[in-house]
Amino acid sequence: MIRTLPNTKRYSFTYGTFMICYFVFLFAPLFVTCVLAFNNSDFPSLPWYGFSLDWFVASGPERIGIFNDSQNLRAILTSFQTAFWVAIFSTIVGTCAAFLFEQEDFPFKNLLYFLMLAPLVIPGVILGISLLLAANTAGTFVENSFGIDVALFRPSFWLVVMGQFSFITTFVALVVSARLRKFDHTLEEAAMNLGATRLEVIWHITLKFLRPAVIGAGAVAFLMSFENFNTTLFLVGSKPTLPINLYLQVRDGSTPVINAISLLLIVGTFCLALVNLYFSKEKD
Amino acid sequence: MGPSMNNDLSVSNLVKKFGDFTAVDNVTFAVPQGSFFSILGPSGCGKTTLLRMIAGFEEPTSGNIMIRGKDMAGVGPNLRPVNLVFQHLALFPMMNVEENIAFGLRRRKVDSATIKKKIEAILERVGLPDYAKHQIGQLSGGQKQRVAIARSLVLEPSVLLLDEPLGALDLKLREQMKVELKKLQAKVGTTFVYITHDQSEALVMSDRVVVMNQGRFEQLGTPQELYGQPLTPFVAQFVGDNNLWSGEITEMSGADAIIRTDEGFIFRSRVQGEVTVGRRADLFLRPETLRIQPEDKEGLNIFNVTVKTILFDGANSRLLTVTPEDHELLVALPQNRRFDYIQPGQTIEVGWHPEAGVCFAAGD
Amino acid sequence: MVISKSSKAALWLFLTPVLCWLLLLIVLPHIDLLRMSFGGENDYGEHVWTLQNYRNFFTEPIYWNTFLRTAIFSIITTIITFLLAMPVAFYIVKVVRPRFQGAMVLMLLLPFWVSELVRVYGWMILLRESGVINHFLLKFGVVDRPVEMLYNDATMIMGLVYTSMLFMVVPIISAMESLDDSLIEAAHDLGSGKLVIWYKIILPHCKPGITSGSIVVFMLVLGNYLTPNLMGGKNSLWFTEQIYNQFIASFNWNQGAAFGFLLLLLSSLIIWIGLKLSRQKLGEVAS
Ligand SMILES: Nc1ncnc2c1ncn2[C@@H]1O[C@H](COP(=O)(O)OP(=O)(O)OP(=O)(O)O)[C@@H](O)[C@H]1O
Ligand SMILES: [Mg+2]
Repeated sequence: MIRTLPNTKRYSFTYGTFMICYFVFLFAPLFVTCVLAFNNSDFPSLPWYGFSLDWFVASGPERIGIFNDSQNLRAILTSFQTAFWVAIFSTIVGTCAAFLFEQEDFPFKNLLYFLMLAPLVIPGVILGISLLLAANTAGTFVENSFGIDVALFRPSFWLVVMGQFSFITTFVALVVSARLRKFDHTLEEAAMNLGATRLEVIWHITLKFLRPAVIGAGAVAFLMSFENFNTTLFLVGSKPTLPINLYLQVRDGSTPVINAISLLLIVGTFCLALVNLYFSKEKD
Repeated sequence: MGPSMNNDLSVSNLVKKFGDFTAVDNVTFAVPQGSFFSILGPSGCGKTTLLRMIAGFEEPTSGNIMIRGKDMAGVGPNLRPVNLVFQHLALFPMMNVEENIAFGLRRRKVDSATIKKKIEAILERVGLPDYAKHQIGQLSGGQKQRVAIARSLVLEPSVLLLDEPLGALDLKLREQMKVELKKLQAKVGTTFVYITHDQSEALVMSDRVVVMNQGRFEQLGTPQELYGQPLTPFVAQFVGDNNLWSGEITEMSGADAIIRTDEGFIFRSRVQGEVTVGRRADLFLRPETLRIQPEDKEGLNIFNVTVKTILFDGANSRLLTVTPEDHELLVALPQNRRFDYIQPGQTIEVGWHPEAGVCFAAGD
Repeated sequence: MVISKSSKAALWLFLTPVLCWLLLLIVLPHIDLLRMSFGGENDYGEHVWTLQNYRNFFTEPIYWNTFLRTAIFSIITTIITFLLAMPVAFYIVKVVRPRFQGAMVLMLLLPFWVSELVRVYGWMILLRESGVINHFLLKFGVVDRPVEMLYNDATMIMGLVYTSMLFMVVPIISAMESLDDSLIEAAHDLGSGKLVIWYKIILPHCKPGITSGSIVVFMLVLGNYLTPNLMGGKNSLWFTEQIYNQFIASFNWNQGAAFGFLLLLLSSLIIWIGLKLSRQKLGEVAS
């Protein structure tokens, strides 16, 4: 049954086959998507008409490769910008939350902690619509009372950032908390004993210790934001992020340019994931 | 023992409770400037708690702490002129030796040139002159120890607190560091408050030692006093080895008493504290005060024991013997070849001087 | 502890951003969601408070049918994911040679770093009528006409299992790693069969991992929009699609808010039951 116990040949063989099937199941859609990005065809399907880089570099008029597809390029840029800000904000606030719940004591701590975990169990769609509603309410209120129209309260770039930030921060906080729990608190006492104030201790000792976890969490936040669909769907304004843009294209019939973009995304995320994994291994 | 300007640290009526549990119970003491003061006690007796109150990490339930004549109530741990060498050292793993030592100086906004000079001087002091750039992980246990001490000493504290700093070292290194610490203290002249549960550390290094038990102080004195004239049964038992008899006082004569042990020996012994005729008492007797086959038996308590085994340990060799009633006794075995003939199974005569033993009224 | 009391500045430094985040982006929006769900317009177009949005939900069969469907399919998906994840996790933790373990975990994780949209898109070009699988089936003469494999419930469930697999496998793997091999050996030694070992030793030990995995998977499936929308049939609606329709197509935000609140209630309720059944706390599950 396990390594150390004897198994029948048939059992091992069946189990091994099952695992191979499972991994085929995992990778088949990604593999096919990547391969078809190079098919010299107008549709993302077989038969194979030969190798072509058209869907990457062609500049029209029949085929427009991704590197000339201004609409998709703009969406990619928007996604990068969104992910950048979300990663920054959620890393900062998530780290604050980790410190708050691991090291400080204050009334209603448990209630607040529960609230912090809430985004884990709130479906992303609901987060999106409630933020949309609240922003709209706030916008109406501000406009009626002060006569100003605040763009922030309408579906827009910053509303998307806020929406994604609202739940990604929880993940950052959990990751950083886990690391903080492993921290030896006598180091803080030692620093304080050597004359450091509370804030100096945090800056020079605790944050230094947390750095790998914070960077890792930031990278994950970036990725989560880059790929988010459910929450973004309701908050997006005139500048769609890449997943939204792709969704609209897929829904209305697709061309292999989507495969090309997918390929880039797959390669990009694999690299980021591997780098992240490499660093977290090294620190342990 | 009131607070005087010559005392670097004076503590009075200090109490610390954790809920219902009293960890430190009404403790008063003063440490004169430049001395080596040890607090000795078994594990869990409240030593660390006491030290943490002095360093400012715990708030006393009551009582006060004065450092160089200044009341420390309400002063944060980062503002007290004391430094602590932690039980597990707490060196910063993400900094090298130099940065560890510079940490405290940087917090005081000392300029870099001075910091550099001070680091060099202190590393020289602790015998690690070329180690400034080493990472903490690359140091041996003894070297880490010295860096931890250097990190605190470089701040020139009024009092240096040390929490069992040798606890993590192996035996050989511990013996060596004991002597080095003592020398270092003599050289720098800083007041050391040292806590340990190892009596030999306390006795070797200290000018004065206090024995602590269950949050209370049992006895404060020089190492010689604690060893020679224990004031309580706990001290007699905790400091050095002792043989123990239980018995009853049958007669008092001046400072001495006659005690009849439960197995029927009649001994004359010195007494300590309230002892009256007819009361139960405990008699403590150090192994090295038992003389084997004494020639001059005048005034000695004499009896026979059977040798069970020889516990050979160089200069500290002993005989494990039993009385006819099977009561085990340790007898020091001087290594001057006079007693080479003694073999297990042999019956020998031993004697001791009444001044060497001490009787305490037995606790109920 | 004295340390934390000694600095009010630090407390406020941490508390302020966290409070802003939780109050402005979590608490207030959900209160607004609740408030909106009771809003409506009367016949003259004036704003009134009403239960009409909830009444609509119960009187229109399409709404609560979709709601039930979504809940049941989410539970089914969670169970299938669990059944699939268990042997996979067991293989990786206990069966495969330790040399390959790291690589296998990596292979397991990699696909999930890729955007859900890309993964669903991959399935679409595999399964649709003009898809890759049909191409091969035709070529090898298994079928004579292309079969539409997309747009039905089974495919949709497979897609949901696929997209949420990771969140089940990872917690189970980490729970299983702490299971001592010698327990299984001892049970085997005492004559237990495989089934008994699974029931009495492996499952109870992995319970915390299973609970947190199930909760996350359930939540993700219930709130998923993309996969049911792209892989499910046109007449097999998912409840999130109803919400989307109310918001974006009908522009009836009050109705949409009511649906949103109901979905939130449902997910909280089922998670709460799950926690009660396994006697765990949300805090434990999260970590
Ligand atoms: N924060 C605390 N809350 C409750 N009890 C405590 C706390 N800190 C210490 N104690 C208790 O106080 C007693 C004394 O602890 P302390 O750490 O001072 O012992 P110690 O003499 O330093 O022991 P050791 O030699 O093992 O380090 C112990 O019984 C311990 O359980
Ligand atoms: Mg201690």
